[in-house]
Amino acid sequence: MSALVIPSTVRRIAVLGAGHVGPVIARLALDAGFDVAIAASGSPENLELITQVVMPGVEARWAADAVAAADLVVLAIPLHRFAALDPGLLAGKLVVDAMNYWAPADGVVPMFQGQQLSSSEIVQRRLSQSMVIKSLNQIAYQDLEDGRRPEASPDRHAIGVAGDDPRAAKLVAEVIDRFGYEGILLGSLSAGRVLQPGGPVFGAVLTRAEFERAIHTTAVQA
Amino acid sequence: MMTFPLVLGLDTFGDHEHDAADHPLSHAQTIRNVVEEGVLAEQVGVDFFGIGEHHTDDFPMPAADVVLAAIAARTKRIHVGSAVTVLSSDDPVRVFQRFSTLNAISNGRAEVILGRGSSIDSFPLFGYDLADYEDLFEEKVNLFAELLKGGPVTWQGNLRPSLRNQDVVPYTEAGPFPAWIGVGGSPQSVVRAAHYGFSLMLAIIGGSPARFRPFSRLFLQALEKFGREPLPIGVHSPGHVAETDEKALEEFWPRWLQIITKMSKVRGFAIPTKESFMFEVGPQGALFIGSPETVAQKIAANLTTLGANRFDLKFGMPGLSPNSVTRNIELYGTKVIPRVRELLAESPRRDAPQIISTRI
Repeated sequence: MSALVIPSTVRRIAVLGAGHVGPVIARLALDAGFDVAIAASGSPENLELITQVVMPGVEARWAADAVAAADLVVLAIPLHRFAALDPGLLAGKLVVDAMNYWAPADGVVPMFQGQQLSSSEIVQRRLSQSMVIKSLNQIAYQDLEDGRRPEASPDRHAIGVAGDDPRAAKLVAEVIDRFGYEGILLGSLSAGRVLQPGGPVFGAVLTRAEFERAIHTTAVQA
Repeated sequence: MMTFPLVLGLDTFGDHEHDAADHPLSHAQTIRNVVEEGVLAEQVGVDFFGIGEHHTDDFPMPAADVVLAAIAARTKRIHVGSAVTVLSSDDPVRVFQRFSTLNAISNGRAEVILGRGSSIDSFPLFGYDLADYEDLFEEKVNLFAELLKGGPVTWQGNLRPSLRNQDVVPYTEAGPFPAWIGVGGSPQSVVRAAHYGFSLMLAIIGGSPARFRPFSRLFLQALEKFGREPLPIGVHSPGHVAETDEKALEEFWPRWLQIITKMSKVRGFAIPTKESFMFEVGPQGALFIGSPETVAQKIAANLTTLGANRFDLKFGMPGLSPNSVTRNIELYGTKVIPRVRELLAESPRRDAPQIISTRI
């Protein structure tokens, strides 16, 4: 069992999942200067050609090796595969949950169905020995690369960061910042429900002001 | 390097049309209109007419192959195919039989594009679980590849009954008909298409088409790795052509907003703005909307960037009138297609697969 360690800084990022979302996040991380590994459910050999061509510079590894070496792990597997993921694999790690649950589009996943909790809170309950932060789930993967802007840019776009540990959330917000987005801290993991499908900012590419206005409007309505 | 002929086609999802007074036509009339649209497409010089399987009131088109057969019976040259067939919720043997039959009716003009499409409605309809989507697709593509080889089939899987030395008719006359896999954004799907020897159809419906460029490279390298010859690469994107840019936008935008707003509720994403729409219409976006010149320039530029030899414009949108749909088809055939051929003949690029301007 690994004790939970929030690193003082993030250098190495592991991305779990090599479908639509994982490779895009891996490229974002690589472009931002991080040391990046990617893993899917099987052997890294299956991913070698894909990493070489689609994300050159990213290392394909076994999931356990990629996670062990990482300061931060991005979870980008299909949500219906999450129940089969061994929580021990991520024990002690800072985990960014980039997954989404929306039954009308993706089908019912019993673990997440009919819950009052946000999907990331359910993920956190299962990954009880990890620190889960909800982020990178809200902007569509096809917009993630084009949506990046330099730090001083006035039309820089926002990505929400929801977590219960302020230091961990701040660390993730700094990573988001290096990716090319304004990381906006939402105060708690449960506050991350505004980032989910059906929420006011899901699927939208917004500036900080637009993002805050959208969330504020929801808060007033609620 | 192997070259493939340039193919410029049209796709429809059987978009539910409205009359001049903006009243929805019946599903039956919409389907009859699609038959006429397919016939018109041949008359104006379009190479391929594709119909995407859908199961909703906005897109009442669950039996695309039946409609394709009607078009095939009234045409001589145009290729007819699916765009896409939702293989995961269908039976590969039946899909093979239907398209092999279409191939017979059309004298060898049938094609099939397998994929998920944007339609998920077939899953509850036929009792499949969306969570099994990947496994179903993998296994059924595997069987479909076996069926295409011809001859008695012996096959075993987990999600469909096995076949033992089973004859599957009708036999094709001249080898397998063209089969493609439609790919959204997953590199693993690209590798799978190469693995089974299917051609690659890039479904680019949002964001920058250029970001698909690594997928073309991945496809060619994967084919090489699997010891296969190069295969064609196509692009499918939505759009609308009218006499001028302004007219095309004016006709398309309200219908687009309506359908995307509806989709955003089902899919849970925020409603797009005019600004995001205009980005998609621009050179970095995935919508091919405007005058023939605007659309032709964008098609030529993207085929070159992506190293693709085929472009299928998904025309129509629920609520558009039959008149504007017909005009779109005429302009695409008579103005856009010749202009794309001209543009690509003018500026061959050394780093892209060479494209030759002959019709299929």
